[in-house]
Amino acid sequence: MVEQTAQIVSNERDTDLYFRVVVRAAQIAPLVQPGQFVHVRILPLKQALLRRPFSVFQVSEGTLSLLYKAVGQGTEVLSRMRPGEELSLIGPLGHGFTVPHPGGEVPLLVAGGYGMAALFLLAERSPQRGIVFVGGRRRADILCEKEFRALGWELRVTTEDGSHGEKGMVTEALLAELKRRVPGRKLFACGPTPMLKAVGRLAAEHNLPAELSLDQHMGCGIGVCLTCVAPIKTAGGWEYQRTCTEGPVFDSRQIAWEAAQ
Amino acid sequence: MNLSVRIGGLTLQNPVTVASGTFGYGVEYSQLVDLNQLGAVVVKGIRLDPVRGNPTPRTVEVTSGLINAIGLQGPGVDGFIRSYWPFLKELKVPAIINIWGVTVEEYAEVARRLDALGGVGALELNVSCPNIKEGGAQFGTDPRLLSQVVAACRKVTRLPLITKLSPNVVSIVPYAQAAEAAGSDALSIMNSYPAMAIDVETRRPVLANVTGGLTGPCIKPIALKLVWEAARAVRIPIIGMGGIQSAADAIEFIMAGATAVAVGTANFYEPQTPLQVIAGLRQFMLQEGIEDVRRLIGSAQTGR
Repeated sequence: MVEQTAQIVSNERDTDLYFRVVVRAAQIAPLVQPGQFVHVRILPLKQALLRRPFSVFQVSEGTLSLLYKAVGQGTEVLSRMRPGEELSLIGPLGHGFTVPHPGGEVPLLVAGGYGMAALFLLAERSPQRGIVFVGGRRRADILCEKEFRALGWELRVTTEDGSHGEKGMVTEALLAELKRRVPGRKLFACGPTPMLKAVGRLAAEHNLPAELSLDQHMGCGIGVCLTCVAPIKTAGGWEYQRTCTEGPVFDSRQIAWEAAQ
Repeated sequence: MNLSVRIGGLTLQNPVTVASGTFGYGVEYSQLVDLNQLGAVVVKGIRLDPVRGNPTPRTVEVTSGLINAIGLQGPGVDGFIRSYWPFLKELKVPAIINIWGVTVEEYAEVARRLDALGGVGALELNVSCPNIKEGGAQFGTDPRLLSQVVAACRKVTRLPLITKLSPNVVSIVPYAQAAEAAGSDALSIMNSYPAMAIDVETRRPVLANVTGGLTGPCIKPIALKLVWEAARAVRIPIIGMGGIQSAADAIEFIMAGATAVAVGTANFYEPQTPLQVIAGLRQFMLQEGIEDVRRLIGSAQTGR
């Protein structure tokens, strides 16, 4: 975990409300493991105090990139920042995905919207290529297809309005594949909570392991404020654990979804 | 140049500490901040048994502030001693342990257990958390109960006792005086201010707990006024806190009458803040030709 100032190299619109920002972060970039995040202080943002967490999308020599959607006041200000301007980063943070061993499980990745960003490094570092299932409401929500194809991965695209790929939900495409009952697979997912719950359910029904990256509101990002907790099973019941520290990636069987209702 | 101050029998190498609940148990920040540069490390509130805490959402960002309703999630006194004390006891600076309970007896029992550890710097009595249904704030808004908590802890320990007061009272003076009379060595002023936020689209309160405690830069002027009033009513030292994010903020509190200060919510967004405050305080003293930080305490004057 390092805190550093990071200069913006580029900050470009990807599709619609999605942007890609590349920053120079020589101390953090080499340490990043798949599924980890950085906590970003958007310095021009004056009224809102907190840092914003972003999964690391790609890393290369001394730089890292983030893929984000301009949805709130923080990301909106970020989207207007220009190359040369600076962000403050703390990272890498969190417990990420388990990269499969050579000859181990074949990964099936499941992404909703910008959840794709959190899965790229896993795909890049996995010794086995698998299939990535990506879904969104419409064409503009389907991100970084090109990058996954360049890695030689098979993509199954679904959109709810049918404007790109198959019409339907990403979990329907996943279910169709799971019905083939091919052994030796493992699911890795990042996206909205309802999608994660559905992936967890499908994994249990098909007796497959699954790692889910939870998306929770976050405060400090380093484990002290206890904003981002999720209910996690323990020997005697369940407890709130920190998405920023014990997560964001949890074994789906450990998540006590029903406990927090 | 002297930056050291005394809180009861405890000497701090400088007057800059951190606010309970914003710094975990110290260890979480140890990779980012040199803890041994601080005046003291103050840990999150501990009660006798482990506490699960409130459902989510637990915090919401508001203009220049943060509302939280964490519900004092924590490992309980045994869990604290097992998991965190081995790290804290090795620090070169004092560890101040914040404690709470739902009965007077529970406060005293936690105090007794921590006293027996040996090496604790001081105990901070949290009588003012707004997010706990039983106990908590009740003790902080009834001077008689407040006295009982302080007196019960005083009986079981010679450690310095710091009573953390609630801002949610008509006048802070009787509470400050009650704590002093019952044997408190110092006061922490203030805890968070009761507050809420509503999501206009869902027409629901944002926090699962409905209400929470407001912290951050927006509460600084409120906290400053409470420190000013309390400092004129008691002889014991005050640790001032509420929205401090710069050396100038900290100096205001000291000039209002605080002997020490604590950085709180700013730790969440800029972990270097306490160290920046120490550096800025030193710089200010150099510029003003002030040799001893104690000369700044309560130095603000009324009248033109």
